Amino acid sequence: MATLVSKRKKTTRRHGRPAPQLIFGDLWEYDPAPETADPKLKPRYDLFINGRFVTPKSGKYFDSINPATEQKLAEFALAGAADVDAAYRAARRAQRNVWGKLSGRERGKYLFRIARLLQDRAREFAVAETMDNGKPIKETRDFDVPMAAAHFFYHAGWADKLEYVAPGRKVAPLGVVGQVIPWNFPLLMLAWKIAPAIAMGNCVVIKPATNTPLTAVKLAEIFEDAGLPPGVVNIITGPGSTGGLIMAHPTAAKIAFTGSTDVGKIIMRSVAGTDKKMTMELGGKAANIVFDDAPLDQAVEGIVNGIFFNQGQVCCAGSRLLVHEPVAARFVAKLKTRLRTLRVGNPLDKNTDVGAIVSRDQLASIQHYLAIGVKEGAELWQPPCRLPAKGFFMPPTLFTGVTQSHRIAREEIFGPVLAIITFRTVDEAIEKANNTPYGLSAGVWTDKGSRILKMAAELKAGVVWANTFNKFDPASPFGGYKESGFGREGGRQGLLDYCQLV
Amino acid sequence: MSRLPITKTPKVYVGGAFIRSESARVFPLRDAAGNFFANIPQCTRKDLRNAVEAAAKAGPGWAKRTAYNRGQILYRLGEMLEARAGELADAIRLGGASKGAAAREVTAAVDRLIYYAGWADKYEQVLGNVNPVAAPYFNFTVTEPMGIVGIIAPDEAPLLALLSLVAPAITSGNTVVALASSAQPYPAIVLGEMLATSDLPGGVVNLLTGFRKELVPTFATHAHLRALAAVANAAERKTLALGAADSVKRARLFKGEAPIDWFADTAQGVHAIRDFVEFKTVWHPIGA
Repeated sequence: MATLVSKRKKTTRRHGRPAPQLIFGDLWEYDPAPETADPKLKPRYDLFINGRFVTPKSGKYFDSINPATEQKLAEFALAGAADVDAAYRAARRAQRNVWGKLSGRERGKYLFRIARLLQDRAREFAVAETMDNGKPIKETRDFDVPMAAAHFFYHAGWADKLEYVAPGRKVAPLGVVGQVIPWNFPLLMLAWKIAPAIAMGNCVVIKPATNTPLTAVKLAEIFEDAGLPPGVVNIITGPGSTGGLIMAHPTAAKIAFTGSTDVGKIIMRSVAGTDKKMTMELGGKAANIVFDDAPLDQAVEGIVNGIFFNQGQVCCAGSRLLVHEPVAARFVAKLKTRLRTLRVGNPLDKNTDVGAIVSRDQLASIQHYLAIGVKEGAELWQPPCRLPAKGFFMPPTLFTGVTQSHRIAREEIFGPVLAIITFRTVDEAIEKANNTPYGLSAGVWTDKGSRILKMAAELKAGVVWANTFNKFDPASPFGGYKESGFGREGGRQGLLDYCQLV
Repeated sequence: MSRLPITKTPKVYVGGAFIRSESARVFPLRDAAGNFFANIPQCTRKDLRNAVEAAAKAGPGWAKRTAYNRGQILYRLGEMLEARAGELADAIRLGGASKGAAAREVTAAVDRLIYYAGWADKYEQVLGNVNPVAAPYFNFTVTEPMGIVGIIAPDEAPLLALLSLVAPAITSGNTVVALASSAQPYPAIVLGEMLATSDLPGGVVNLLTGFRKELVPTFATHAHLRALAAVANAAERKTLALGAADSVKRARLFKGEAPIDWFADTAQGVHAIRDFVEFKTVWHPIGA
């Protein structure tokens, strides 16, 4: 049952009575509203090399589980060096003999087909993605899958217009590109990586994350249906060591990696001394800055979206809230009220706001940071909520009383944990926001247009969201400053990173 | 009785001042015939770190100059070079270049500066753009300088190659710390004197002379250098790339063993500016 709570502050009283607020959250039982589309799972998935599903040379397979139920979803081929070799051979052959010779117009048509076929099977993919990753169905349904299709559609149109990509110069494909992607947006990252690469005429060897290989191999089914020439895209599943083989392979003219800054640095070292080109999309510790003149209710929604979207497992998550002192107390109170209404639970339920953490290890890592935050003296707050008995769940979490030296304010937690810091002046906000080795994204909430432009210019971040957060588009370049990586994905700038000037 | 000429004591141009190495070390420079010419500062890792500090101080002010102003200053630098073209040519001839070849290098260097002077208020219009996102947002991508760029120049075309690496970096508002050719450092010493009279704020371009093997490791690992532009051999490239990984530095590494035609049109371009800018994308809601 919903409850009415009174605000204590006198300023909020109207007509002498406290303003009531309706709190839903777990106090009100919702009927289950599960998404029932069939994810069409197979018990076992093989490697997609040279346009065919082939068994791994090792004969080994590994399980992928549903993090919301801890039950096995399917098993996936464990690729070793011989399989990676075969994939690169297929990619090189396809690039030299077929894909690299095809006109841009024809290449584009394949991408358009892929986009359409993915749209056709959108709901199936959304359910499969949610089961593999644990993110709420409303996110996979409304964001991951349609945005993945949009990336193929956007880049399809570029394939025959490449003379407009680099003014004054002609461009050519690089050759074969090796790509390794993370588990937080399995299908979308796949699209971000594959679409620009093949639109430009490159061929691809790509490995999805160990935890979330399902939609990658399902996308291979779409490549088959689309008649994509064999070897243009090769999908390799396996553990991190397989990713290392892909990054280090001598055939790769370029490697593209999305993941943690630590692993990114290891990869950069591993290819030092080679001629490989690189794109690195690494970690972040974004500041989401709320000024006293911001539309606070709207800002609350933005902060919630910024850090609890995909359970906070987002490299550009707004994991640091910098709030202007005059409104800090009021804002944090509003935020807490809002958090009490977030529904944590079954990711397949259409009403779920916060789903499961991707794995037991990741959950343990986040919980470790909670302990660190408490130990370092910050104040932890979580809304009362009932978590499912099985699965890797955790409630949305706030830390107040955080200082810049706290590890929870400096290190990427990659979970639904918000560190709240206050500031007094614009300069202090800029200083604190930029006081990090990362520089992927930032948010600014204010009603003042000139302040937005000033902040946008001063924040050392590749993406700045003004009065919004976590917005993405294939036409909009995404990527970081500083230790958040280099290169861009999306837009004309992203395409440039997949070509060479000739 | 003939007059004994006054010879110049070469000093490097760092932070807008002419300095010797903090170590007080020098190395002798001989002309092509083997005669002693002068002692050149043998800069150290500490000199490099000091230069990075100077570049850091100058950075925000230079980046905030209007594009028009940066263009004018680059043009002024071109004027300074043209006016002292003979002196620069003499500096290049020390390495054995013919009179004609030295003069050609100087004019190419001046033209390169004028080329980038013209880009200063245009590259943004070519590299940046508005993005048509599928939602009610005004979304645009602009460029920003990366910060401090470390530059390692080759021995060939000691003036032209150095300027071809420096000019695109400073056009967009970066500041640079550059190591001149070890074999032919004197053109960079003379260039410093022109930088000093060009209206370019002190610290925007910092020129060091010395030995690669002493300085390359610090170029590689100095975390405040956000990018590198280096003409380097295979071993140096590996060192630079390994060091770059520590702070996710952007590294633009040219192969020293392959001949580069610094006179060619392909040795300049808006894409050389692009190599040392960051793209920043801003989302702004459209609504009442």
